[in-house]
Amino acid sequence: MARLKLKEHLINRDWCKGCNICVHFCPKHVLELDSEEKVVAVRPEDCICCRLCELRCPDLAIEVITEQSDHDATSTSEDAVNTSEQDD
Amino acid sequence: MAIKDYIRQRYFPQMWCPGCGHGTILNALLRAVDELGLDKNSIVMTSGIGCSARISGYVDFHSLHTLHGRALAFATGVKLSKPELKLLVPMGDGDALAIGGNHFIHAARRNIDITAIIMNNRIYGMTGGQYSPLSGPGKKASTAPYTTIDNQFDVVNLSIAAGASFVARSTTYHVLECVDILKRAIQHKGFSVVEILSQCPTHYGRKNKEGDAVQMLEFQKKTTAKLGSKALENDPTLIPRGVFVDIDAPEYCEEYDKIMKRAMKETLQKEPLKNFGNQANQTCDMA
Amino acid sequence: MTDNIKTDENVIKTNNIKFVQGNEACVEGALYAGINFFAGYPITPSTEIAELLSKRLPEKGGKFIQMEDEIASMCAIIGASLTGHKVMTATSGPGFSLKQEALGYACMAEIPCVVVDVQRGGPSTGNPTHVSQGDIYQARWGTHGDHAIIALTASNHQDVFEITVDAFNLAETYRTPVILLFDEVIGHMREKLVIPEQGKLPIVDRLRTSVKKGVDYHPYLPREDGRLPMSDFGGEHRYNVTGLFHDMWGFPSNNPKVVRELLHHLIDKIDNNAHAITRYKEHYLEGAEYVLISYGSSARSAIHLAKNRRERGEKVGVLELQSIWPFPEALVREKCANAKAVIVVEMNMGQVMKEVKACVDNPSKVFLANRIDNKLITPTNIKTLLRMIQGRGV
Ligand SMILES: Cc1ncc(C[n+]2csc(CCOP(=O)(O)OP(=O)(O)O)c2C)c(N)n1
Ligand code: SF4
Ligand code: SF4
Ligand code: SF4
Repeated sequence: MARLKLKEHLINRDWCKGCNICVHFCPKHVLELDSEEKVVAVRPEDCICCRLCELRCPDLAIEVITEQSDHDATSTSEDAVNTSEQDD
Repeated sequence: MAIKDYIRQRYFPQMWCPGCGHGTILNALLRAVDELGLDKNSIVMTSGIGCSARISGYVDFHSLHTLHGRALAFATGVKLSKPELKLLVPMGDGDALAIGGNHFIHAARRNIDITAIIMNNRIYGMTGGQYSPLSGPGKKASTAPYTTIDNQFDVVNLSIAAGASFVARSTTYHVLECVDILKRAIQHKGFSVVEILSQCPTHYGRKNKEGDAVQMLEFQKKTTAKLGSKALENDPTLIPRGVFVDIDAPEYCEEYDKIMKRAMKETLQKEPLKNFGNQANQTCDMA
Repeated sequence: MTDNIKTDENVIKTNNIKFVQGNEACVEGALYAGINFFAGYPITPSTEIAELLSKRLPEKGGKFIQMEDEIASMCAIIGASLTGHKVMTATSGPGFSLKQEALGYACMAEIPCVVVDVQRGGPSTGNPTHVSQGDIYQARWGTHGDHAIIALTASNHQDVFEITVDAFNLAETYRTPVILLFDEVIGHMREKLVIPEQGKLPIVDRLRTSVKKGVDYHPYLPREDGRLPMSDFGGEHRYNVTGLFHDMWGFPSNNPKVVRELLHHLIDKIDNNAHAITRYKEHYLEGAEYVLISYGSSARSAIHLAKNRRERGEKVGVLELQSIWPFPEALVREKCANAKAVIVVEMNMGQVMKEVKACVDNPSKVFLANRIDNKLITPTNIKTLLRMIQGRGV
C-alpha cells in the first residue's frame, strides 16, 4: 500500500469546540489548541496521516487531506487501522 | 462521498457539549454508511429523546425524532410497512433500556431488520445527570447524591437473551473498531445491537471524577479489551469488546411476507366458494 | 333466499350484505378506505378489530402487527404512515390512556392516522365488557399541550362503516390523527351492514408533494389552502420529523415566531374547518320543543323515545352528533335555539352536556339524562326525565 502524504489539515474553526481529543490522542503530537481553544496543526511535517484525529472528532471539525485521492472509500478506515496506535 | 455529504451542514456546529462522545458516534456512523456506499434515500434514522437522540437531526437521511424510549416502536412501523428501507436507530442508555426497555427486548425478539445503536454514557445527559439503568452501583448522579445502589443491565447479555441476531460492543475511543462493527451491523439481516460506550464529560465525568473527555477516553481504553485478547484473559474484570453474536435467523419482515403469500393464496382458493357456495347463502340467511 | 342466488349480479349484492358486530363494520370501513397497516394490542371491547384485520390485511398485501403494548402500537402506525400508508390502531380506555403521548406526537408532527377507542367503563380497568361513554374528554384533552383534534362517532353499523371511511378521509385531508369514539354496545352488537360498491363513497388519498427531486421540499410549509403535501419516507425528499416545535423543514426551533405560528397552524387547520368537519343526523327534529342531544349507542335510545313521543303527538326530536370534536357549537346553538328544553343523553357524568351548556343561549334549559352503571341507557330512563321537565311527573 502506497504511503499517504499529507496535503493539509482542513480545520473548521466554527465547528471545533476545543475538546482536546484530537490533540491528546495524536500519535505524533502534530496538533495543539491555540489561544482561542481551536485546534491547529503545529507540526504537520510529523503527521503520518492515520486520520485518528478526523475519526474521533465529535464535531466533524478536522479533516486530513492527503495527496493521494481516497475516492475508494473503504481505504479510509483501513489505512488508518494499519497505522493506528490503538490498544490491543 | 465526503462525510459532509451525509450531514445537514446548516445545523452545525451540533448542539452537544465539547468532547461529548455522541459526536464521535455520529462520525463513526457516517463513515460506516459511506464505506458501505448506501443510498441516502434508502436510510431512515429513527431516534427517541435525549442528547443522543438529537443525532437524527444532523444526518441527511430520512429522519424521525420521536418520543423518549419509543424509537424502536416507530422504527418497527417504518420497517414493516416498507421493508426495503434501512433502519438505523441510535438511542441513549436511558432511552433504550429504561423507558424503552420493553420495546428493545421485543424488537430483538422479533429479529426485525433494524440496527439499534446504544450510545451508552451511563447517565441521563439531557436532563442533567440522573442515573440510568446502565450506571451500575456505586456511581454518583444528580439523583444519587449518596451513590447508586441499582445494578446495571449488561446490554450484550440482555440483547442475546432477547433474541438479537447480531450483538457487539465498542467504545468511542476505539473508533476504527466502531466503524467496522457498525458496517457489519448495518449489513446484517435481522435485529443488530451495537453498544458503544460513550462519554458525557459534562455530567458523568464531572460527578464521578472521571475528568474531561480525554481522560474518559483513556478510561475506556484502560477498562476494556477485545474479545479473545490476552488482556481479557489476564484480567476478566475488563469489559469485553467485539462481536458477540452474528447468526442467521428468520427475519420478521421476510416471515411476514410469507404470511401474506399464504393469506393471498388461501383467499384466492376460497373466492369461488364464496361466490357460488354455502358461504353466500349463510351471509344472507343471517341478514 | 335461494331465489336471490340466480345471477352473478345478485350474488355480488348478497355478498355485500353482512350481519356483523360494530367492530367488524369498522374493519370493513377501514378496508374500504384503503387501510394497509394496523398495529394493535388486544383489549376488550375492541379486540375483534385487531383479530379481523390480522386476517384481512395480509390477504390484500397489507400489514398487521401485534405490538408489545398500546404505546408501541400508536408509535408503529405513525412510522407506517410516514412511508405512505393508511394506518389505524384500535383500543379501549386503558390502552387509549397509554396512547396519549404518541397521539400528541401525531398532532404535532401532523401524521395522518386513525385511532379507534371502543369505550368501556372506567377509570382504570373499570369494566371491560360493559358500556360507557366516559372518554369524551380524554379524546379531547388526553394528550398534553394545546392542540386541536377530530373525534367522530356513530350509533349504528352502517354509520360506523361510513364514519370510519370518513375518519380516514379527514386524517388525510387535515394531516392529523382522527379518533373514532365507539362504545361497547356499538362494538359488540350485531346488525345488518351493506357494504357499498367501491367508488360509491368518496375516498381521500394521500396528498403528495409535486416538488421535484433536487428542489427544496418544505414538509411543514402549508399551501395556500392550508394543506401540507407529504413525501413518503424512502422517496426523493429527505426531511426531519420531530415532536419538538419545528420550522418548515421539520427541524427543531425555539424561535418564538416559529413556535407561535406552528401552534396557530395546528389548531386553526381544524378549528377553522369545524363547519366542514361537523357530522350529525336529525331525527324528528322539525319543530321540536324538546331536543335530545346524543351520540353513539345512547342515541339509539334517544331516537326510540323520540319516535315513540312523536307518535303520541309530543314534539320531541333528536340531534345525533357524529362529530364530537371539534365540538359543533354553531350547529348545537342553532338546533337548540327554539327548544323549551335540551336533554343531553349520554353515559357519563355530563361531558357533552357541559359543551352544550357552553354554547346554547340559555344554559339553564339544558338537562342531563345519563347512566353510569355499566348499563345502556333506556328510552324509559330518558322518558322519566323528560316527563319531569315537562312538569308531568313520573
Ligand atoms: C416520557 C418522557 N419522560 C421523561 C422525559 C425526560 N427525558 C428526556 S431525555 C431523558 C433521558 C436522557 O438520557 P439518555 O436516554 O440516557 O440519553 P442521553 O441524554 O444521555 O444521551 C429524559 C428522562 C421525556 N422527554 N419524556
Ligand atoms: S477533536 Fe474536533 S472539536 Fe475537539 S479539539 Fe479536535 S478538532 Fe476541535
Ligand atoms: S492524521 Fe494522525 S498523525 Fe496526523 S494529525 Fe491526525 S492523528 Fe495526528
Ligand atoms: S450533557 Fe452529556 S450527553 Fe449531553 S451533550 Fe453534554 S456531554 Fe453529551
